[in-house]
Amino acid sequence: MTKVLDVLTGNPVAKAVGKQLGVPQATELRRGRSLPTGDVVLAVLAGSGATSSATREALKGLGVTPVDAVRDEPAARTTGEDGRAVPPAYSSKIGAVVLDATALATVPELEGVRAVLRPALRALGSSGRVIVVGTAPELTDSPEAAAVQQALEGITRSVGKELRKGGTANLVLVSTETTGAALSSTLSFLLEGRSAYVSGQPWRVLGAEAGQVPSDPAAPFADKVVVVTGAARGIGAGIAEVFARDGASLVVVDIPAAGEALTKVANRLGGTALQLDITSPDAGQKIAAHVAARHGKDARIHAIIHNAGITRDKLLVNTDEDRWGSVLEVNLAAEIRINEVLLDADVAGGLAEGGRIVGVASTSGVAGNRGQTNYAASKAGVIGLVRAEAPVVADRGITVNAVAPGFIETEMTDRIPFATREFARRFNSLSQGGKPVDVAETIAYLAAPDSGAVTGQVIRVCGQSQIGA
Amino acid sequence: MAQARNAVIVGGNRIPFGKAGGAYASVSNQDMLTAALDGLVARFGLAGQRVGEVAAGAVLKHSRDFNLTRETVLGSALDPTTPAYDLQQACGTGLEAVIQVANKIQLGQIDSAIAGGVDSASDAPIAVGEGLRRALLRANHAKTTAQRIQAFASIRPGDLAPETPRNSEPRTGLSMGEHQARTAKEWGISREAQDELAAASHHNMARAWDEGFFDDLVTPFRKLSKDQGLRPETSVEKLAKLSPVFGKGEGATMTAGNSTPLSDGAALVLVSSEEWAAERNLPVLARFVDAEVAAVDYVSGDEGLLMAPAYAVPRLLARQGLSLQDFDLYEIHEAFASTVLTTLAAWEDEEFAAERLGLDAPLGAIDRSRLNVNGSSLAAGHPFAATGGRIVASLAKMLSDKGPGSRGLISICAAGGQGVVAILEAV
Repeated sequence: MTKVLDVLTGNPVAKAVGKQLGVPQATELRRGRSLPTGDVVLAVLAGSGATSSATREALKGLGVTPVDAVRDEPAARTTGEDGRAVPPAYSSKIGAVVLDATALATVPELEGVRAVLRPALRALGSSGRVIVVGTAPELTDSPEAAAVQQALEGITRSVGKELRKGGTANLVLVSTETTGAALSSTLSFLLEGRSAYVSGQPWRVLGAEAGQVPSDPAAPFADKVVVVTGAARGIGAGIAEVFARDGASLVVVDIPAAGEALTKVANRLGGTALQLDITSPDAGQKIAAHVAARHGKDARIHAIIHNAGITRDKLLVNTDEDRWGSVLEVNLAAEIRINEVLLDADVAGGLAEGGRIVGVASTSGVAGNRGQTNYAASKAGVIGLVRAEAPVVADRGITVNAVAPGFIETEMTDRIPFATREFARRFNSLSQGGKPVDVAETIAYLAAPDSGAVTGQVIRVCGQSQIGA
Repeated sequence: MAQARNAVIVGGNRIPFGKAGGAYASVSNQDMLTAALDGLVARFGLAGQRVGEVAAGAVLKHSRDFNLTRETVLGSALDPTTPAYDLQQACGTGLEAVIQVANKIQLGQIDSAIAGGVDSASDAPIAVGEGLRRALLRANHAKTTAQRIQAFASIRPGDLAPETPRNSEPRTGLSMGEHQARTAKEWGISREAQDELAAASHHNMARAWDEGFFDDLVTPFRKLSKDQGLRPETSVEKLAKLSPVFGKGEGATMTAGNSTPLSDGAALVLVSSEEWAAERNLPVLARFVDAEVAAVDYVSGDEGLLMAPAYAVPRLLARQGLSLQDFDLYEIHEAFASTVLTTLAAWEDEEFAAERLGLDAPLGAIDRSRLNVNGSSLAAGHPFAATGGRIVASLAKMLSDKGPGSRGLISICAAGGQGVVAILEAV
């Protein structure tokens, strides 16, 4: 019963029935470190604003040889048998279209976006990518330029909703300082299957410094200590798994009562298990002490992933101070305290210079959710924390970011009543729930040593959920 | 002889101890030992690594578990090339296993080892009766059908009754509790003193749990995340209401409240050379200093069944040139509250010192505030072979917290009139 809609969208006969019933059809998403199979199209749009070569350089750095875009211009159209104009088309399916729109500064210049995207969307293959690179509106020098750059967000979000077959559309906002190297980890993430469940999202890559480019792209966290809280199960275990795949020395943390499951994660991935209540006042010291003791006196944490979280759902009219306080304590206050300790350069086993802090917010924190006022408060708090802490530690090369997962398939969501679950699962542009690995990949991208230019950002991993969009 | 190198306690892990028939009622010794081992491996990041050896045992053991520890290793996250063996010395098993591997490490035969034990009172073996067993063996050895039929025909209805394991001494037929009841009476141990000790054990262990002391000593198992028999709310008044279960009539003092219950659980300790620990950035909690095992003739009634530690400790102190008061912490296994109290009384007794130990003066009293400070078996429960591992790991951590040079004494009594004792010292 629970998987009835999966059946309706799975086998071919049932699929037809499902389609008749109006059940949205989910596509198996391309995941992992895989580039699209089709060509990557690059279109650098002419405009009157400041130009940036970052996008072209970044693609070059990634070893991607882009092909030129087909543009839908009146002169390029042919006339079909029915007498209607037929726009020009690609000769085969394409894998991605990267649109450098950084120079656009006037309203008419936006036409270039349409001219490139019209043929490109028709040709986009399964799990295809639309990546628009714009200039952060606040960094433009005229109201019109700001408006035009803001328009890119509306375009990207709409394209995300128009795409089918697992396609995603995202907007990366840069500055004139953003270098190709600084943009590289972001474009790599977006092109690869790692960004499978991220769509309709705008975020900023404003810095000039990439950070540390890993010598082995397949093991970017080699010799680096990564701490993951709440790692015993669900999304946390998925996060630990991706960091282990990418070479990290893992410290997996969870409450003592979750020790049995934590043991399995640590032994499967080859890390160390730290049974710890993160709300204890000395939790930060205990994490640092564990790292200093177990990874050598001079060892420091490359990244801490604040994944631990709880829910105590009730309508606000029924919420007492315990339900209120415990959620805020675990999901927000503990994170603030732990960061404070780990950011102290004098604490042995604290966060390294050039280190990474990644929080886990939620679409509930963005949009609010009935019956989750305490949870939404804590998760919105995480967003506020990330934005406030990022500039403070920027001079140490430390970045602070968060992900905001939408509906992610875990044991926890398996317990949601059937109808509610199916609704939540399908109510997004990709018509399916995400997997823990999707959240994990996004976190690993933010925590990557070469993602130094990405800070203060909150990236939703929600398949472009309609909630709070 | 050249100075042997140190064997050090790196840490330990156990599963919460369950009540017999409780959380682990359907769990085997191998399941529990594997859980304890995997938790230890996870804590110290040893997945896929080869350890010098794993030594452990169980007191109540199925015949199919002849290679229990090796089978456990094969089912664990350790490298399958890690050797393992079983050993057994009743309730002294866990500590004896630690002594065994520590000696090997000191000699340089191995650099690292995991030692401890497991026991299930819930999943105890039940054997077929002796008559049935012999008949089955005869049938198995039979060469002809006639012989086979003859063998089966020899089975009598009475032979079908199963034999369950007994918590009694084969040579006296008395249970351990009955034996200890005699000893307690001889030494005039009061009911009140026993109940006080039992209440303190529960209160101390509950406090230790609340303080997070066991966060890095215990890994939950089968939804149990704390010792099942722990009674934080017990009191001397509540314990006083219980009826005696051992000893008879007037003067019987031993109740279910001041005796350890039958329990299920497993505990292990990681022991290594200092170099091995340093190479892996592993903590060193305490040094294994020395150990002694004594046995008494309880069969003739010359001495109480559980009094052997009273003999082992003075021998160990003499060899180390220490007095009983030279310790920061004492861990005396609470098989029964009265065991601890009779042992302490014996050490303070001039007659015992002169006649039994051949000493000029008794060992003297200990500072009771240093005894079982985070509770012991009355609160935690006592899965026989697991107790040694529990005590060694907890004591090593407590000594490490107290600082270098802190010294601790462990005393564990065992069936068969034996006693295993050891000294640890923080480094």
